[in-house]
Amino acid sequence: MELLIASAIGLLTAAGVYLVLRARTFPVVLGLTFLSYAVNLFIFASGGLRTGAPPVVGAQATYADPLPQALVLTAIVIGFGMTAYLIVLAMQARAATGSDHVDAGTTPQARQAAEEA
Amino acid sequence: MTSAGPWLAALVAAPFAGALLPALLHRRPRAVIAWVTAAVPLAALALLLAFAPAVLRGETPAVAWPWIEAAGLEVALRLDGLSLLFSGLILAIGALIVLYGAYYLSPQDPFGRFFSMLLAFMGAMLGIVLSDNLLLTVVFWELTSLSSFLLIGYWSHRADARVGARMALAVTGLGGLALLGGALLLGSAAGTYRISELNLAGDALRAHPDYAVALVLVLLGAFTKSAQFPFHFWLPNAMAAPTPVSAYLHSATMVKAGIFLLARLWPALSGTELWFWLVGGTGLATLAIGAWAALFRHDLKGLLAYSTISHLGLIVLLLGLDSPMAAVAGVFHVINHATFKASLFMAAGIVDHETGTRDMRRLGGLWRAMPYTGTLAIVASAAMAGVPLLNGFLSKEMLFAETLRLKSLGILGWLFPVVALGAAVLSVAYSTRFVHDVFFGAPARDLPRTPHEPPRWMRIPVEVLAGLCLLVGMLPGATVGGLLAAASGAVVGAALPSYSLAVWHGLNGPLAMSALALVAGAILYFTLLHRFDLHGRDPSHGRWTAQRLFLDGLAALTRGAQRFTRLSADGTLHRQVALVLLVALALGAAPFVTTLPAHTFDVHTPFGPAAAAVWLVLAISTAAVVALHRQRLTAVILMGAVGLTVSLAFLGLSAPDLALTQLSVEVATVLLLLLALPFLPAATPVESTAARRWRDAALALACGLAMAAAAWWMTTTTGPTVSAEHIARSVAEGGGSNVVNVILVDFRGFDTYGEITVLAIAALGIVALLGGAPAPRPRVAGDEPAPAVFRPVMLSLLARVVLALALLLAVHIFLRGHNLPGGGFVAGLVTGVAVAMLYVANGGAWSAARLGLDFTRTLAAGLAVAGATGLAAWAWSKPFLTSAHGHLHLPVAGDIHWASAALFDLGVYLTVLGVVMLILEQLGWLRPARA
Repeated sequence: MELLIASAIGLLTAAGVYLVLRARTFPVVLGLTFLSYAVNLFIFASGGLRTGAPPVVGAQATYADPLPQALVLTAIVIGFGMTAYLIVLAMQARAATGSDHVDAGTTPQARQAAEEA
Repeated sequence: MTSAGPWLAALVAAPFAGALLPALLHRRPRAVIAWVTAAVPLAALALLLAFAPAVLRGETPAVAWPWIEAAGLEVALRLDGLSLLFSGLILAIGALIVLYGAYYLSPQDPFGRFFSMLLAFMGAMLGIVLSDNLLLTVVFWELTSLSSFLLIGYWSHRADARVGARMALAVTGLGGLALLGGALLLGSAAGTYRISELNLAGDALRAHPDYAVALVLVLLGAFTKSAQFPFHFWLPNAMAAPTPVSAYLHSATMVKAGIFLLARLWPALSGTELWFWLVGGTGLATLAIGAWAALFRHDLKGLLAYSTISHLGLIVLLLGLDSPMAAVAGVFHVINHATFKASLFMAAGIVDHETGTRDMRRLGGLWRAMPYTGTLAIVASAAMAGVPLLNGFLSKEMLFAETLRLKSLGILGWLFPVVALGAAVLSVAYSTRFVHDVFFGAPARDLPRTPHEPPRWMRIPVEVLAGLCLLVGMLPGATVGGLLAAASGAVVGAALPSYSLAVWHGLNGPLAMSALALVAGAILYFTLLHRFDLHGRDPSHGRWTAQRLFLDGLAALTRGAQRFTRLSADGTLHRQVALVLLVALALGAAPFVTTLPAHTFDVHTPFGPAAAAVWLVLAISTAAVVALHRQRLTAVILMGAVGLTVSLAFLGLSAPDLALTQLSVEVATVLLLLLALPFLPAATPVESTAARRWRDAALALACGLAMAAAAWWMTTTTGPTVSAEHIARSVAEGGGSNVVNVILVDFRGFDTYGEITVLAIAALGIVALLGGAPAPRPRVAGDEPAPAVFRPVMLSLLARVVLALALLLAVHIFLRGHNLPGGGFVAGLVTGVAVAMLYVANGGAWSAARLGLDFTRTLAAGLAVAGATGLAAWAWSKPFLTSAHGHLHLPVAGDIHWASAALFDLGVYLTVLGVVMLILEQLGWLRPARA
């Protein structure tokens, strides 16, 4: 299981980083969502991996570590807020500059892309 | 005084508290402000005098309030002889400065600001001299740097004041950093930051391997503050300050802080070769360089600035000589220099104030107009020159005696008395110049103002100080004998050698040197004046290059920073993100490059076919998103699939709460992205070159590998956790068996409160981004049908049923959340998603009109409920968010277990619901302006 989770985290990170490095806002937002998945899984995994041991007192003898779970739970919800904010920012940037280029209005390439659009 | 602690604290706090008074009174008449301000140091002085008899008897009132003991952080104050001497100087001269300043400042100068800053500075200085904790000393040290920056730059409309203030701050601030490093090293070497304990551990410290580094760092702090060569250049530039500031900072306080530190740590640090050469050598060089430069200044205050540098060098030299007798002499000169230099600065200020210039080439012959000021200036200058019967003479004799004792060192030993004599000659020469160029010689021409004696109250501070020069000079034993013994005793930390403070010690070497200096100095000045055109010399000619180096270095640093910024932040997001990632990779990999720690990988959780299948789906959909990310709609749907697999992973790995949360967030996110898509281009064009894509892919792969390796390393390592504690306390103290929920709403409730606040801010930020106010909600009356757009009938009807079921489910999830997976976060998300479904199926207008909810209010109510639950704990005198739980007996329902945390969870629920709906609704209202 450790190998599965570690490789999944690596895969999600790689996808996230690649998308964050794109030139348009939408893939960047997607990339950040991927990075959130990766980071959340990573923090969650820091408590160790266990099956069939949810941290609900009374069910069994040993429990999974509840602390990383609590931390990740809020992180997931906050991640939603962040994604929403970014996507709205991207929409407004496009409305203001006419382009969804991440550097809209700051670099010559972005300005050129805006003119072509 | 039995309990000295509060009084000592009051002594330090008084100027800080008093600093508020002038600011509050700034509209009052100036005399009121001045007297109120002067009352502060006078009151503190009275308090100090109440302590004085005990301290002079050898007692040391002390107090310590621990704070973070493991880090050595505490408020520790101690009043010994040295602290008494310095506190006395700071407060007494401070009071005189207030009086003087009240007459010096012009009507245009902001009065309250000046006195506020002066008192704040005074408090910081008192803190330094009374602190018994090295870290606390550093804190006050920084405070003096900051407040002196404000004081030096008081005339902020003048460029020279701004430059001078900045330079002083840069030099002393850098020194402060070095001092902090030195203090930390010393503290860790000795195992204590208590100065009185450090001073008892001197032998151990000197033998410690860190001694040399710590010493150099501490000395950097002291030398920058006390304007020692080669850091002296900030002091002449600080002369742009109003003269009362110069008189205060550069005679008795700021520059003496470095000296104080050397004296304070003398028992801990002195007594080594390194100390002797570093401190003694620096002092000797500063003594000579300052004296030489002072003679060629044309500006009165410039002359005094360089002479201050020279005299500070003299004291540092004495402290560097490693002998108790030299330390006594050094402390004695601290007193003497403070009195004559403060009065000289004030006299210079009076001359400036009454004539309009400080240029000695223009001044002259003022004796006729200002005989009284002239007399005072002559007394103070004579003390500076070391004329017998004045206080400067006594300490200078002691210096000569001490340097003569170094003859045993051979040729180098002769260097000390020779340089000391040379500096004394120069000192006589510039003192003579100060008097002769201003009050005698050719009468002044075309002065900006007609010179006359200053107002009575402006003269009093100078009279007091000049009087002290005479008194101490003639009756040293009776006036300062006791104080000097107490202060020197505190420096040396052991029995003092026997010494006599008499004026006459018989015909000996030091007296001969004094006499030689007086004669040669006078000859030197008049020779320079008449034969070498002293007034015609450019004072900047032959200026020491330390300032040039500093300015050039600063300019180079700025250029380098600009170049680096242009290189790293070229305005493209791509480059910055890539750089951040590269640096993170490098930093993360660095420790593994040098040493790979031994590690046994402990794979303890097996996996079955189901897990493998989920992994496969995750891998395929992730790869598909990357491959197809240009087709945006497809990418969103595929990403939803990735999210679902993540949620399944949580479920399989014993995290049902996370699985529920991830699932509902995933639905909300997909909805959100779908709502946003119409406002963005439908596809992403291919712009980047293949090479760039490969580079990005390589970086992404490296990051992925690094994260995978780290995760692998982490999950196969088992270490101690705090989870056992959480699980054990969950039922007993949190009143719930779902530990995750108990952590969220109870153990880490404050954290959660912060997180829902952040969520609310994000939602409100979106509202602001989309136009600043919640979208106008169209009113739909009664049973008016939904607008005639295509509505899927089945979905529309189902959504209403689903909403009811979902709401029921949400209530269930919420209620059981404390004991079983669920809780406010999940319930809020589920409700939000269900309501959003209603919106999708039936249209926003129809749904909004029927729900009649303003989600901004839901959000606010949620935060209010959560906050109020937290505050309620105060009613039972418990800290914010302390929870309570118990059992409630109801007639029908029976035994109900309740926890106040449930109410907090209700706040979470409402906030999350409000956030999700506010965001989706806001986006839903928008209509694309263009296709």
